[in-house]
Amino acid sequence: MFETSLLSNARRKLLIAAASAALVLPAAVQSQDALKVGFVYVGPVGDHGWTYRHDIGRQAIEEKFGDAVETTFVESVPEGADAERVIRKLASSGHDLIFTTSFGYMNPTVKVAKQFPDVKFEHATGYKRGDNVSTYSGRFYEGRAVIGTMAGMMTKTNTIGYIASFPIPEVVRGINAFSLAMRKVNPDAEIKVIWVNTWYDPGKEADAAKTLIDQGADIITQHTDSPAALQVAEERGVMGFGQASDMSAFAPKAQLTAIVDDWDPYYIERVQAVLDGTWESTDTWAGIDSGMVAFPGYGSDVPDDVKAAAEVVREGIIDGSFHPFAGPIKNQAGEMIIAEGEVLDDGVLLGMDYYVEGVQGALPK
Amino acid sequence: MIHLQRRANPSKLMGYLAPFIALLLTLAAGFFLFLMLGVPVGEAFRAYFIDPISDSYGLAELGVKAAPLIMIAVALSLGFRAGVWNIGAEGQFILGGICGGAVALYFYEVEAAYVLPLMCLAGIAGGMLWAAIPALLRTTVNANEILTSLMLTYVAALLLSFLVHGPLRDPDGFNFPESRLFHDAALLPSVVQGTRLHIGALVAIFITVMAWVLLSRTLLGFALRVNGTAPRAAKHAGFGQAGLVWFSLLFTGAVAGLAGLFEVAGPIGQLNSTISPGYGFTAIIVAFLGRLHPVGVFFAGLVMALSYLGGESAQITLNMPLAVTGVFQGMLLFFLLAADVLINYRIVLGRERVA
Repeated sequence: MFETSLLSNARRKLLIAAASAALVLPAAVQSQDALKVGFVYVGPVGDHGWTYRHDIGRQAIEEKFGDAVETTFVESVPEGADAERVIRKLASSGHDLIFTTSFGYMNPTVKVAKQFPDVKFEHATGYKRGDNVSTYSGRFYEGRAVIGTMAGMMTKTNTIGYIASFPIPEVVRGINAFSLAMRKVNPDAEIKVIWVNTWYDPGKEADAAKTLIDQGADIITQHTDSPAALQVAEERGVMGFGQASDMSAFAPKAQLTAIVDDWDPYYIERVQAVLDGTWESTDTWAGIDSGMVAFPGYGSDVPDDVKAAAEVVREGIIDGSFHPFAGPIKNQAGEMIIAEGEVLDDGVLLGMDYYVEGVQGALPK
Repeated sequence: MIHLQRRANPSKLMGYLAPFIALLLTLAAGFFLFLMLGVPVGEAFRAYFIDPISDSYGLAELGVKAAPLIMIAVALSLGFRAGVWNIGAEGQFILGGICGGAVALYFYEVEAAYVLPLMCLAGIAGGMLWAAIPALLRTTVNANEILTSLMLTYVAALLLSFLVHGPLRDPDGFNFPESRLFHDAALLPSVVQGTRLHIGALVAIFITVMAWVLLSRTLLGFALRVNGTAPRAAKHAGFGQAGLVWFSLLFTGAVAGLAGLFEVAGPIGQLNSTISPGYGFTAIIVAFLGRLHPVGVFFAGLVMALSYLGGESAQITLNMPLAVTGVFQGMLLFFLLAADVLINYRIVLGRERVA
């Protein structure tokens, strides 16, 4: 559905270009002073998860600024040697602002940024910045605390299946935030994790979901990009959560809610800053309060008391009364990591490499 | 009823022409594809085939992309000629990257000229080691090397993932799964200033020439060819089967390992969990596209590399979906295989006659 509209959109543009001048370069048709904004995607725009949401952000820019901007994207760019070429090609072909939307693009982004000091770069989820390189990401663990609360209340088997991509801090942090919130409402519930070592592989994601359900999980959650796990949940009559985008179209019954990555306001703000000449290198890590981490509403099967509890957590995170990593927190071995009354700071969260209580199995190292 | 009948004497000339015919048919089909997509056809062909290599940086990038493909595919084609089906070059490539990269990290901040050669040796050794496993299993217990080499690829990928998540992880990297950036002494110098072209491109040319000489001018080359076309004749001629299996696998392993090291010490400059975008598998396609002939493989590697660069360029300049690149590559293979079938078989209408 989405791909078709994208295609027809591109087709319409090109037809206009072709009609106005049979063999004129597209560049000649574009207005001279349009700000060119480039995006590098790690997956296909049709993944309905991570990359899909970034592309929605790109479309939001086009909608907001109209002819003042012109956007380009390159999808499914591998995080190895190819990334540098693609980023450089965008920079050298007149793009003024370039968003590189996966962690693996960090070093290539920094490298190309040094060669193109006049181009602004925005790298998602990394930690290296420069005069013309900003970083940005969402505090998605806040969303995990909300859905962890819901899962803790709704599970009957006390087993949650968690499909995880790579054992990086971002993913481990999500698992831990989920577990902590879940155990607050249901100390008997536990999480089983399957690592699939990929961000996007619908086949593997679906297999992992089936395995977890066979092992007794009645709620599935995932830190991978496709709706495959949720589709399996729908088929097998268990529950789950959308990841990165509202996936209710794929699982109208199974999706309890979703953690939506909403990049639109940030992208619009950054483009505006370049247009205004006020763009500066920044480090953004925004949560529910900023709207970068959002929820599409609850599924029809969610009871009112669960909705109420989820809202308490969500609003608590916004007003600061609830912190997903507030003590007391114990690790898997039962050792106290942080005492009551304290919270883990961002530095610790950014490098998190251990499981908290309630997660089964060992963290792959 | 339509059925296929094997030709008694398939045309040799057509065999050589087939890749060009396939290329022409792909371009023709591409013409209609662009027309259907509503894309100006001239623009599209330009974006795909000319823009990516219209400047020196683009040409250098073609070399960067093609070098590992050509190195591996030429080596693979020797084994394929001999009927040794090493499907696991991807794993051998990764092991080369791991071993060479580990040396780079071990000698971190050692400014010495011996670091790079040592890394190359480690890369070669790593690739050979990984290829030695299927060779050993094939020659001792007759285990099919297609399966063993393929499965070892996944082991290699997981080993790499384990290492960059653990022992080789950058201590200052917030626990992200990647190593430190290599020190200058552990990075391949650029062959052309201002580009990423590295010595791998020269090695690819060298290996192509070497393989050609080996196949056409040496007894070993003859033995490889006979073993592939007539294994029993090879046996009667006294060519040791086990020796050919060992040679094919170890040679490919060494070359793939070296290519893997070049990739991490060249354009990537560190170890991470995604050092190969599937070079080892793509090289199999390249080997067949090039008719398992070193020179053919060389050009097939360039064409395949160009198709990737063209796909990126078409996305940037024309907003064309990436899927079009996949369709292009698919059509090229489809037409080549179709041409192969028609060279070796004739289409017969009507009922099959018993000869």
